[in-house]
Amino acid sequence: MSARTNRRIASTFQRLRTHDEAAFVPFLMAGDGGLDTTAKLLDEVVDAGADVIELGVPFSDPMADGPALQRAAERALAAGTTLPGILDLVVRFRRRSDVPIVLFGYANPFLAFGPNELARAAATAGVDGLLCVDMPPDEADVLREPLRENGVDMIFLLAPTSTPKRIQRVLKGAAGFVYFVSVAGVTGVKAANTEAIARIVGEIRGQTRLPVGVGFGITKPEQASAVAAMADAVVVGSEITRLVEAAPDTDAAVAQVGAFAREMKQATIRPR
Amino acid sequence: MPKLPDRAGHFGEFGGRWVSETLMPALFELEEAYAKIRRDPEFKRELKQLLSEYVGRPTPLTHARRLSDDLGGAQIYLKREDLCHTGAHKINNTMGQVLLAKRMGKTRIIAETGAGQHGVAAATASAYFGLPCEVFMGAEDVKRQALNVFRMKLLGASVREVHSGSRTLKDAMNEALRDWITNVADTFYMIGSAAGPHPYPMLVRDLQSVIGQEARRQILATTGRLPDVLIACVGGGSNAIGLFHPFLGDPGIRAVGVEAAGLGIDSGHHAATLTAGKPGVLHGARSFLLQDELGQVQEAHSISAGLDYPGVGPEHSYLRENGLATYVTATDDQALDALEKLARTEGIIAALETSHALAHTIRLAPTLGRDKTILVSLSGRGDKDMETVARVRGDKIVGETS
Repeated sequence: MSARTNRRIASTFQRLRTHDEAAFVPFLMAGDGGLDTTAKLLDEVVDAGADVIELGVPFSDPMADGPALQRAAERALAAGTTLPGILDLVVRFRRRSDVPIVLFGYANPFLAFGPNELARAAATAGVDGLLCVDMPPDEADVLREPLRENGVDMIFLLAPTSTPKRIQRVLKGAAGFVYFVSVAGVTGVKAANTEAIARIVGEIRGQTRLPVGVGFGITKPEQASAVAAMADAVVVGSEITRLVEAAPDTDAAVAQVGAFAREMKQATIRPR
Repeated sequence: MPKLPDRAGHFGEFGGRWVSETLMPALFELEEAYAKIRRDPEFKRELKQLLSEYVGRPTPLTHARRLSDDLGGAQIYLKREDLCHTGAHKINNTMGQVLLAKRMGKTRIIAETGAGQHGVAAATASAYFGLPCEVFMGAEDVKRQALNVFRMKLLGASVREVHSGSRTLKDAMNEALRDWITNVADTFYMIGSAAGPHPYPMLVRDLQSVIGQEARRQILATTGRLPDVLIACVGGGSNAIGLFHPFLGDPGIRAVGVEAAGLGIDSGHHAATLTAGKPGVLHGARSFLLQDELGQVQEAHSISAGLDYPGVGPEHSYLRENGLATYVTATDDQALDALEKLARTEGIIAALETSHALAHTIRLAPTLGRDKTILVSLSGRGDKDMETVARVRGDKIVGETS
């Protein structure tokens, strides 16, 4: 089969470019509070204007995540969340929405599912992209080809530590968009430094036409609008997870995440 | 045999660099620095001098005569890593890595530890060179290895208690990796086993191979021939790979790794990764792994904190898959019995980790003729385990006896 890129992700970024907006990309840990809660949160962030959604696949040993996402993954696993269950959630979501979904997780649960089986099941469910934190392009062949054949974009990370040579290497196999991790650190601990982001995003743009997303350490609307001025997508994860954690019940979680998401989406619309 | 790992850090289908992109440049930097330093005569001289004047190498090879006689079979030789400074083989690795850290201009050392032996060795190496050292240790291990926690603190290291997951070695390693991702510019991560992302499995193997190199010379000098069987315990597998590696090209030598069967393989409470696990990805490498059907990592169990790890170094997975080494198990109880037996027959109190290797030795020796020799890595001494052993035996350690 010939290579295909994902239609929903590409057309989303095209639409946003014409409207002079950056994509607002909320991250939700699938199964935190149970998958029914996640389903409600998905609808709420779509209603709040999410352009792409990152759906976290919980893993027992999330070594690139800070405490907020670690706890979210622990809660999700304790609630019995599985990758097949998450794919079912996406199937049901697709009946209601066309907003692109990117699975965000670690290598072992993806590989345990089986690379070919996962690529087919993800495409069938309506997943648009997949980001595997501990699978750099050097190790990604096993999953990249099956995903490409099934029209699911394999999204790769770049970091403040990435050298120009390394940026080139990562971009060679990237699809969908590039995710620049804006702080050297785990998720949700350090604040992002906008000057450093601008420099590296510029470097990345010099080497690719793919949209560039920025995440890790973005918790406030001011940061989101600063990042939106230089990048194509603003990814917000840990803060949403903290809101879910702090909420007394699902309704409260939905209300608080919704309010926060609306503010953040507003911040990604560039001023004229 | 091909020279392994390959350039990408693979041992066949195992190993590699399964890490977040943030760490990739740091791994390349370490790999380049090590490639340069390993051929540098000045580094070799410096390391050799440290190992001889500070660590106490070469460690002796002891013929365990009474134990051999008692078992009535093969002659048992013990490679006495328990006589290394700090009481275990771990310091062979940390002295090498600290030299590398200094050459690379790193100003801060971090390490993970299970039983605390690697933590103590890392703290020792850091103290020797005046570098600040932080050791990550699971809260469960902090409890059961209180003596080593105290030693690390005395050596000036700070011990960071890890409360996530199973609160043991795997979680300590997660936390050390998180710290490294965050402080990658100035920090050197001293991994304690032949595990983790490339180049660590190779680096640690090379530094621990001094065990097998010395033992090979010593047993040739003593018995006039190579041993028939090599035995070492395997958690991550650093003392085992250090013993095995210099013998891998020799035909007719059986290398046997002994994993912790905990309460028994069938109980589900064990740490026998190569025996009961499946290939998977954890802590930067593809290797055998204790995991469920969905790829979630399972908690390991062993009475010995140093073997209480659901993963294993990738080269052991390669050796197993290619029939170059075999892997067996010993339970908590068998290890305890072996510890007592060695103490009474040879006057050596081995670590609980090491006692797993001894348990298999005790099983195997009677099945072999008296003309056969078994070379065992006596990887560490048991002082740190006395509270655990006393508790299991129902004894109490009474302080301040005359």
